[in-house]
Amino acid sequence: MSAALASGPMAGDSAVALDGVARRFVTPAGDVLSALEDFDLSIAPGEFCAIVGPTGCGKSTTLGLIAGLARPQAGSVRVFGAPVSGVDRRVGFVFQQDAVFPWRDVLANVSAGPRFRGVGRSRAEEEARDWIDRVHLRGFEKSLPHQLSGGMRKRVALAQTFINKPEILLMDEPFSALDVQTRELMQEELLQLWSANRAAVLFVTHDLDEAILLADRVAVLTSRPARVKSVHAIDLPRPRAIATLRYDPRFIEIARLIAEDLRAEVLKARAAH
Amino acid sequence: MANVATLPTARAPDARSPAPEPLRIESLADRQRRRRRLVLALRLAVLVFLVGGWELGVRAGAIDPFFFGQPSAIADKLVDWSVNGTSIGPLWWQVGVTIYEAGAGFLIGAVLGVLCGIALGRNALLADVFSIYIKVANSIPRVVLGSIFIVALGLGSPSKIALAVVMVFFVVFANAFQGVREADKNLIANARILGATRWQITQAVVIPSALSWILASLHVSFGFALVGAIVGEFLGAREGMGLLIATAQGAFDANGVFAAMIVIAVVALLAEGLLTLLENRLLSWRPEKSAGE
Ligand SMILES: Nc1ncnc2c1ncn2[C@@H]1O[C@H](COP(=O)(O)OP(=O)(O)OP(=O)(O)O)[C@@H](O)[C@H]1O
Ligand SMILES: [Mg+2]
Repeated sequence: MSAALASGPMAGDSAVALDGVARRFVTPAGDVLSALEDFDLSIAPGEFCAIVGPTGCGKSTTLGLIAGLARPQAGSVRVFGAPVSGVDRRVGFVFQQDAVFPWRDVLANVSAGPRFRGVGRSRAEEEARDWIDRVHLRGFEKSLPHQLSGGMRKRVALAQTFINKPEILLMDEPFSALDVQTRELMQEELLQLWSANRAAVLFVTHDLDEAILLADRVAVLTSRPARVKSVHAIDLPRPRAIATLRYDPRFIEIARLIAEDLRAEVLKARAAH
Repeated sequence: MANVATLPTARAPDARSPAPEPLRIESLADRQRRRRRLVLALRLAVLVFLVGGWELGVRAGAIDPFFFGQPSAIADKLVDWSVNGTSIGPLWWQVGVTIYEAGAGFLIGAVLGVLCGIALGRNALLADVFSIYIKVANSIPRVVLGSIFIVALGLGSPSKIALAVVMVFFVVFANAFQGVREADKNLIANARILGATRWQITQAVVIPSALSWILASLHVSFGFALVGAIVGEFLGAREGMGLLIATAQGAFDANGVFAAMIVIAVVALLAEGLLTLLENRLLSWRPEKSAGE
């Protein structure tokens, strides 16, 4: 938070701000493919924002721009008011694919962030043990990723990201590979971790229910080139009961509204292919 | 316990079929063990058949031992060499010289190959500039350089080591380079986000992912180092297994050539075993390895 205030009078307003952003790729055939065009979105500090949209519309691309892994061809991407010019220490990223280091055990994976950032081994490992506890992986410190289940690996990835105490948390379909029960547990754990940390979260998902269960706002993207089609405020009270909230009439009402919005885009995307 | 104890008598298939669970599991392990023993026995049979056939062929007069040697004579030769020494000095000394030359060439070539492969793999400009030269250098038959090294460096060990280095370098280099290039982009992105510097990414992500490529190349390249050392000795030397072969060739001694070949094969197999140990230790995190244990 202090970093947000320190970077200027305008900066306190939003944790992430994308303004007229365009991101284009050159395809192998030599054509230009526009993933994002004229893309505007801003997220307040501590806000949980979910992003839904047709597959291949540019959601992962958007997160990559915010993380500083790629540059936009037009427009500005700002983090706490400052233009993104590379990877920012305050940003955490849980990737769509498995990205834990397969040759490191859980402890070394979770302590990787602090170690990279110059924290001594014993302090980094102490912190890592604390986070391993919080994601319920105690006893697996010495296990290698291939000895864990998919859900456990995802929890390693969460701990690995959370240990750096990111003020902006980017999550790219983190739970899509999990079964329903594990996913519900992970969603609950995520909300708990988030309520303790209060990072600004951008959470990409294909699962509309998940988006509504977790987020303060849900942004619906258009088919490619992606723009923000609409943003829906989710006024469901917190703390939310993940297991039962989906039967709440208000939830169903919101879900229907967003689903209609999204279906139009998915159909458009399919027609274009 | 009782089941296990009765197991040896329960080997016959019909006796085994009505057996309870623990016994069935035990017999599966047992069947695997028996299969391994069978394979070993068959391998031995093939060896006995080939070597025995060769020996019998010579004795029957179908194979001319002057050109193709004779197993019993090769064995005699090996015994003679180890007891009385070879025409150019004690056998162990020749083996030692060749191992030294191949080993030194292997180490230097492997280290240079790994360093250059990683440096070029991590730097696009360097890679673009040098890749063309490396392709050219890789396409020349490098053994020919042996002549040049002997002219330039003399008959001693340095010329053989140099040839072994050249033989090893390109294989290891190409693999290290490819391994770096194949490093998972997601893992690199993750390390960057977690706060790793370029050098930390090289250490923590690029080198571990390139390691299986590098180790695979080391297996092949120790053989190349031996070829380099022996060809070098063959072309001109005062000692070593290559000279021993050249001497045997000069004396029309086919058994001597084969005996030297066997000694070299033993060296190569021992080195292969050591490299496999190293590989298993360094790549113990891989799922296939632990599943096989
Ligand atoms: N490096 C790249 N080179 C060329 N095209 C790319 C590249 N990265 C992404 N694209 C294209 O940009 C578009 C958006 O990709 P992106 O990965 O952002 O989609 P997404 O919304 O995350 O999809 P999904 O929901 O399936 O994960 C896709 O059409 C993809 O083909
Ligand atoms: Mg994606």
